[in-house]
Amino acid sequence: MALEYQYLFTRIQVRGPHYQGVPLPAGDDTRTSDGGFSHLLGKIGDAQIGPFYLGTYGVLALFFGFIAFEIIGLNMLASVNWNPLLFVRDLFWLSLDPPLPQHGLKIFMPLAEGGWWLLAGFFLTLSLAMWWARSYSRARALGLGTHTSWAFAAALWLYLVLGFIRPIFMGQWSEAVPFGIFSHLDWTAAFSIRYGNLFYNPFHALSIVFLYGSVLLFAMHGATILAVGRFGGEREVEQAYDRGTAMERAGLFWRWTMGFNATSESIHRWAWWFAVLTPITGGIGILVTGTLVDNWYLWAMDRGFVAAYPPIATPDPYLTGAGR
Amino acid sequence: MRWNSTNTTLIGLAGIGAVIGFGLLFTFERLPVDTVQGGFRGTSMGQVINPRTATTMAARNVAPPVPEAADPGGDRASEVFENVQVLGHLSVEQFNRIMQVMTEWIYPTENIAEGCNGCHVPGNFASDDIYTKHVARRMLQMTMSLNSTWEAHTGTVGVTCYTCHRGQAVPAYVWSQPVPNTAGGGFAAVASGEQNRPGRSVGLTSLPSDPFTPYLMGSEDIRMQGRNQHPRAESRQSIQQTEWNYGLMMHMSTSLGVNCTFCHNSRAFSNWDESPPQRLTAWHGIRMVRDINTNYIEPLRDRFPANRLGPMGDPLKVNCTTCHQGAFEPLYGAPMRVNYPELLPPPQRRADAEPGSVAGPRAN
Repeated sequence: MALEYQYLFTRIQVRGPHYQGVPLPAGDDTRTSDGGFSHLLGKIGDAQIGPFYLGTYGVLALFFGFIAFEIIGLNMLASVNWNPLLFVRDLFWLSLDPPLPQHGLKIFMPLAEGGWWLLAGFFLTLSLAMWWARSYSRARALGLGTHTSWAFAAALWLYLVLGFIRPIFMGQWSEAVPFGIFSHLDWTAAFSIRYGNLFYNPFHALSIVFLYGSVLLFAMHGATILAVGRFGGEREVEQAYDRGTAMERAGLFWRWTMGFNATSESIHRWAWWFAVLTPITGGIGILVTGTLVDNWYLWAMDRGFVAAYPPIATPDPYLTGAGR
Repeated sequence: MRWNSTNTTLIGLAGIGAVIGFGLLFTFERLPVDTVQGGFRGTSMGQVINPRTATTMAARNVAPPVPEAADPGGDRASEVFENVQVLGHLSVEQFNRIMQVMTEWIYPTENIAEGCNGCHVPGNFASDDIYTKHVARRMLQMTMSLNSTWEAHTGTVGVTCYTCHRGQAVPAYVWSQPVPNTAGGGFAAVASGEQNRPGRSVGLTSLPSDPFTPYLMGSEDIRMQGRNQHPRAESRQSIQQTEWNYGLMMHMSTSLGVNCTFCHNSRAFSNWDESPPQRLTAWHGIRMVRDINTNYIEPLRDRFPANRLGPMGDPLKVNCTTCHQGAFEPLYGAPMRVNYPELLPPPQRRADAEPGSVAGPRAN
């Protein structure tokens, strides 16, 4: 059959007794109940649901996250005068905006002029911190490395730069990002325009390199493993020592194609660093914008890495005194 | 049919296709479109023209037929008719011609309150008892000013009443101050003004939807990009100010049916050296609209009856759409000034092109 190995979904779902996983270290909570199996979820992953581990960090993360979610949602609902139909219709447009510029870095200000934003940000940050601690403690409990936690921390770095660290350097909460679907996109566009085109920010450029690089690596790795699926390639690591396995064929494919291949271990190192460097370099780029560089276009022109086009030379009316 | 992985895969692909197709339905214009190169090669400053939209737009923006020119000689209108305050310098023939076309441009129907009766008391044309006559006088003075002192924006094309009115007593595209967005119970109103709504005036973005009050009534500084590489004390323009400016630019773009690169090289919006000359025309246009709103329309506030005012009690004002209506040149540049010399200021009065308010009763 032509599509035999070009499937979208998991082809075989193996069902055994519900598996509770390895024993937990002393002092940990217990995992919660048997959640059963889901055939549909089994199509895209493991069919077994649960057991869950909530723990102190999990409870706190959900609790603080719920407070932030409610503050943002109720403010949005209030902004349409508590009209549920308008709330649904305009949801993508609604927003909880950062404080007004005149409030600077004040902690106490009228709730309606930014206080709610500060509270929402505070609880959201707490929630994310608890979730980070959860990812760390669960990895440790299973005897894993903490790579996931540090990758998540890289994303938190960018989040904190945007909403906390850079606004403090600028002396303005108003520089931070609003909570809203379209409003945060508008913020992004306005931010780039205000600071003279973020495309000329070299850290922004690096971030894009790592972002697109991540995509490329993900596609290469995903395609390679699926392509050797007929030889059991998804068991990649246990095949790493042996000759003639799916993994050797995979490596051989890339050596034939481009003269070099990652190993089934190193490809994940490539992927991890590319992914992690995306928000790290992006965060640096945001942090230096407005604090060290006010106009990236002028900055890049001065350093000669922007192409100069022949000027059209429309006169600046402020310099020629035209009009008034 | 046996239910196997091939069927599942095909259904999955069909599902993905349906989602993408549904998205395309609401976001993309049907191809093909024409692009016209605007700037230097490689700068991607193309104008995108959809030939199907262009056809409907052209049909909607046709200038009315021009009546035969009037003899400028003979008796002056002020000598023959009573109480002619603004057009008295015209010949009687010119005066009748412009009255005739104004009727067609503004009150074209057979309705009892339209035609001449839109501005004149039936049987007593000299009477000032209808507020629209005062408004019309001020609007004539405005038109004369637009055709003379605002040549930097109106060029040799010029304007007539029809440029805005298009056969309606109130032009179709006007603005007034919006009702402030009040939130109940101490929750955050919209922190930075009227925004976060699908704003029609700003191309359905969530940007501030009334950029007119600060920029087209007031003269808030529109420039907000840093003028130096590194921050200086004076470069404190906020992201919020940028969003207001962005709202105005969205309005200009939708009004003129053009994209950013009609006036800017978008890699450096503020840089005049890289901007097409249209930007200078638009720059003067912003100042022209401020002049119209502050010197001609706002002073008429007391003359208008309540049903001609906005919800906040301010008169209906002008923005770019009022004239442009989706065309980069109103009526696609159909010549106006040359065909209606009646709408030029009288030669001796060019110097004082901003006469004071006209006397007469007020509507409320």
